[in-house]
Order: sequence, then structure tokens, then C-alpha cells
Amino acid sequence: MIMRYKFEIGCVAFLVLAFILTQLGLNRFFFFAGFAVLQFIMIATAWNILGGYGGYINFGTAGFLGVGSYTSIALIQWSNVSIVPQIIAAAALAGLLGLAIGYFTLRLKGVYFAIATLALAIVLETVVNNWDFVGGAAGISILPTRKPELLGAVIVDRKIGVFGNYKEFLFFLIAGMTIFSVWVARTIEKGKLGRGLNAIKDNEEAAESMGVPTLRLKLIATTISGALMGAAGGIFPSYLTFIDPLTAFNLEFAVYSLAMPMIGGTFTWIGPVLGGLLLGTVQQVAIVTISSELNLLILGVVLVVFVTFAPHGLVGWFMKKN
Amino acid sequence: MIILELFINALIAGILLGGFFAALSIGLSICFGLLDTVNIAHPTFIVAAAFCTFILNANFGIDPILAGIIITPLFFGLGWVIYSLYYQFFEKTSAEALRGLAFFFGLLFITEVVLIISFGVDHRLVNAAYIGKSFGGEFAGISVSVPFRLLSAFVVAAILTLGLQMFLDRSFFGRATRAVHQDMMALSLMGVDPVAIKRIAFAIGLGTCGIAGALMIIVIPIEPAVGRLFIGNVFAIVVLGGLGSISGTLIAAMILGIAESMVSTFFGPSWAPAVSFTILLGVLAFRPTGLLGVGDTR
Repeated sequence: MIMRYKFEIGCVAFLVLAFILTQLGLNRFFFFAGFAVLQFIMIATAWNILGGYGGYINFGTAGFLGVGSYTSIALIQWSNVSIVPQIIAAAALAGLLGLAIGYFTLRLKGVYFAIATLALAIVLETVVNNWDFVGGAAGISILPTRKPELLGAVIVDRKIGVFGNYKEFLFFLIAGMTIFSVWVARTIEKGKLGRGLNAIKDNEEAAESMGVPTLRLKLIATTISGALMGAAGGIFPSYLTFIDPLTAFNLEFAVYSLAMPMIGGTFTWIGPVLGGLLLGTVQQVAIVTISSELNLLILGVVLVVFVTFAPHGLVGWFMKKN
Repeated sequence: MIILELFINALIAGILLGGFFAALSIGLSICFGLLDTVNIAHPTFIVAAAFCTFILNANFGIDPILAGIIITPLFFGLGWVIYSLYYQFFEKTSAEALRGLAFFFGLLFITEVVLIISFGVDHRLVNAAYIGKSFGGEFAGISVSVPFRLLSAFVVAAILTLGLQMFLDRSFFGRATRAVHQDMMALSLMGVDPVAIKRIAFAIGLGTCGIAGALMIIVIPIEPAVGRLFIGNVFAIVVLGGLGSISGTLIAAMILGIAESMVSTFFGPSWAPAVSFTILLGVLAFRPTGLLGVGDTR
């Protein structure tokens, strides 16, 4: 009985651990870096739902994240909407974007989807550059809400709140979202959708002729994947407190979201978690030790090396050994 | 009348811009259209060539177009190496769909970061007698001005693309490349090594980056990340033209050039990057075989 639910138990245990960490009054940098790593895991997991299981590469991670970020900013600008509705709206909009892009390009060969998503980030950046309501090209500063409340309880306050400061609250929030994403990915992987996507990845024509509704499965996967990325982007403005189009639509996100599952292993949910944990930690360490350009160069080289020589990632490597 | 004047000037600029776009896309039209290698790093290699042109021009005072011709063999060699690797690790094991794309994406990113580390993110320009001047005049009450930098790029681009088209249409090698595109199996049964032909064709495609890079730095100031702006353009052009059709590429480049120029003139230049994407999505959704209907996108 317990063995059957060990994944779910692990999820709850992790969430409890994350909550305890926020209550210990640790250095704020810990939550700042921890947030970044967890967000990376979430992005990698979201990307892998379509890229790893279905074999359709999405280069537009930055676009989906950016849509999420700017949905939040637009809501804050409009009437100071609080963070949870921000994230939900961001996920909904990014999911719709995924559905739309998928509807236009997923009936064709996979490369067209990839190319369209690559161009997507640039176009969205153009739109935001021309949209002064959300700050335009100059960017915008976000002030966190004072004493936010949820269901009557004060969430963030030094004395009476559940969390001592905003960074701790955001850390707990992203921990919950990451857990949720991993759970979604695992559920998909073990279920009918995952098997269908795998069939598409192996041989789309054969899958289609066996009665797998390929287009529908791909669209569902793109929508879920896009929505999770949008949620990860929706929380971003509150974390950074300043955002401009260059940050929100940075190509680095695309490289990371590709590299993390590729390095971890794309065929199972552990792969992106492992890759995200690894690259996220390396990035946080690299920021304070070596220059960020050098870090990116290493990232690019590692991506190419893994793609070329270790196509099943670290997980595949370990599995072969056992 | 002012609208008409704007329109005519935008049209002329658009046609010239279209020629420049054709030079950017012709290499990709060979690599992607004829050989099915989705080289998404193509625009970034063009930027790398533009920086090579910048070095030759700034240090030795070599004319940018001549510099472009000088570095072309370098990019031909680069293409040779890249295709050999690509074939060895991806195409041979038919893993090109997912991993091959990721490979080119990695190359794109590495190239960009190396350029940022070596040159910084400043905008760079070249010097030549024909840059910064323009000729103009009045025709039937409408004043027209043509910048020389666009005109010179247009002339070189026209020579490049028409020359390549003639070469691919008339020469034995060009026909062999088309044969690879149509049926690789048949070709190897005829005793021809299709991989050798693809390798040379890919190297030619990447070789065009040399001249295209020189034209790029003549037309616009460059910085390492500028290649991304053109990813949408070049793929929109190749797909709109129909995969594997060189003449289709030329027509599509003209259409995109005119469209971008019109949008820049009437809605503001900051909207220009959206044009290519809209065209790309529209073509993929409604006419995936391209204008001339020769492509195979399924």
C-alpha cells in the first residue's frame, strides 16, 4: 500500500520540507538561489512533456515564460491583482498560446513547430517593446503587495504572517508549483497520453494508422507544457521585482530548457528533475564565481556534447551500468 | 501625395531589401530545402561572417565585399566539417529529428556566446566609399532616394543568387544535388555516393554565409545577437518559396522585403520583426507547400 504511493508521499514530504525551511529564518540568498533552481526544474519538466515524450522540440520557452511574466505585469498594472490569480491567468494564456501555435504547425513535420516556436519569442518581444502599458522596451518595476492575504490569513509579515518575508513565500510557492509539474509529468508518462506520445515519437505514421489520435495528443501536450511554462513565468516578475523584454524573452531560457532534459534524460520524469537540479545549481554557483558569458559557453558546449555522445542523458547512462 | 511618395520609396527600399534577404536565405534554401538539414544556426553563421568582414575592414582596410569573398572558403570549410559531424552522429542513425535540431541550436548558441566574449555587445559598422551616400531625384513630382548601401547589397545579392541558381540548374553537380533531394536510394544504386554530394552542397550553402555576412554589415550595424532577428525571415522565405525551389526563394525574399519595408514605413520600424513571423505562420497554416507548390512539408 505504502509502496504504491511512494511518489505521492515523497511529494508531500518535499513540500513539508520546503515549508520548514522557510520557517528557519535562513539567509535570504538561500531562498533567492533555491527559487531559481526550482524554477529551472519546473521549466525542464514542462518542456519535457512535449519534447521528451512526444519528440517535438520547443525553442520558444522564452516566449511562453514571457507571456506568463507579462500577463502578471498587465494584471498588476490593471488593478494590482494578487499573485495566485496572476499565476493562474498566466498559465491559462500561455496554454492558449501553445494550443494556437500547435494548431497551426503540428500537422506538419516536427521541424516547422520548432522553427515557429523559435520565431515566436522574437515576435512576442516585438509586441511587448511596443506596448507601453507594461513598460515597453525600458522594462518595469513591480512592488510586492503589502501584507497579502489568502483565505483570511496574512501570508507575508515579519510578525503575524505565515512567512517572514516575500522571498520565503515565493520559494514555498514555486516549490509547490514544481512538485505539481513533476506530478503532472509523471501522471502523463504513466498514462494513456504518455504512451500515445511515445508512439508518435517512435513513428508517427504507424501510430496514426493504429488509431492513435496524433494531432489531438500533440495539442494536449503542447497546451499543458505551455501552461506550466506560463505559470513558471507568471511568478517571475514578483521574484525579480524588475523585468524588461530582454530578460523575459532571453534565449538562454530556450537553451536551458533544452539542455536540462537532454543532460538528465528525456524519457522519464526524473531526467529533467536531475538536469534542472544540476544546471540550476551550476548556474547559481557560476554567477558568483565565473563570468556569466563563460558559464553560457560551457552550457552550450555541454549541450552539444550530450546531444552528440550521450543521447539518453545521465539517467540512461546509469541505467546501462546497472 | 505624401502617401504616394512614402509608398514608392518604401517599395524601392523593399525591393532592395528583398535582394539582401535573398542573399541571407539562399544558403538555407540549399541546406534546408534541398538537403533536409535544418540548419537553424544559419543566420548566426552569417553574423559570424559579418564580424570577420569587420576585422578585415577595420584592420586592413579591405573593402567589405572583397572581404566577404575572401572569407567564403573559410565558411565552405566550416560547412564541410559541420556536415561531416552531422552525418556521422545524427543522419546516419536517423536521429536528426530531435537531436540534430538540438545540435544546430547548440552551435547557434555557442557561436553567439563566442562572438559576445570576443567582441562585446557593441554595434559594429564598416567603412567603404559607397556606404552612407544615396542618390535621389524628382520623378513626376515625387522625390525618390536610394541609399547606396542597400543598392550595392542588392547588386551583389543578385549576382550571388542568380549565379547559384544557374549553377544548380545547369551544372552536373546541381542536377546531382536535386537528385539527392528526390531519391537518395536511387542515386546510390547508380553508383554515386549521395553523402559526398550532400557534403559539398551543404558546404556551398554555408559558404554563401561569407558574402551574406559582408552584405549584412553593409546594410545594418551588427551585434552578436542580431542573427536571431533573421531566423524568422530566412525560414519564412525558404518555406514561402517552397522547399527546394531556388527561384521560389527569390520571389519570396522580394515579397518579404517589400512587406517589411511597408510595415516599417507605415507602422514604425519596431513592428518589422513581426512581419516575417506572421507570414511564416500563415504559410504553414494555409499553404505549406509554398508559393510554387513544390515543397513537401508533411
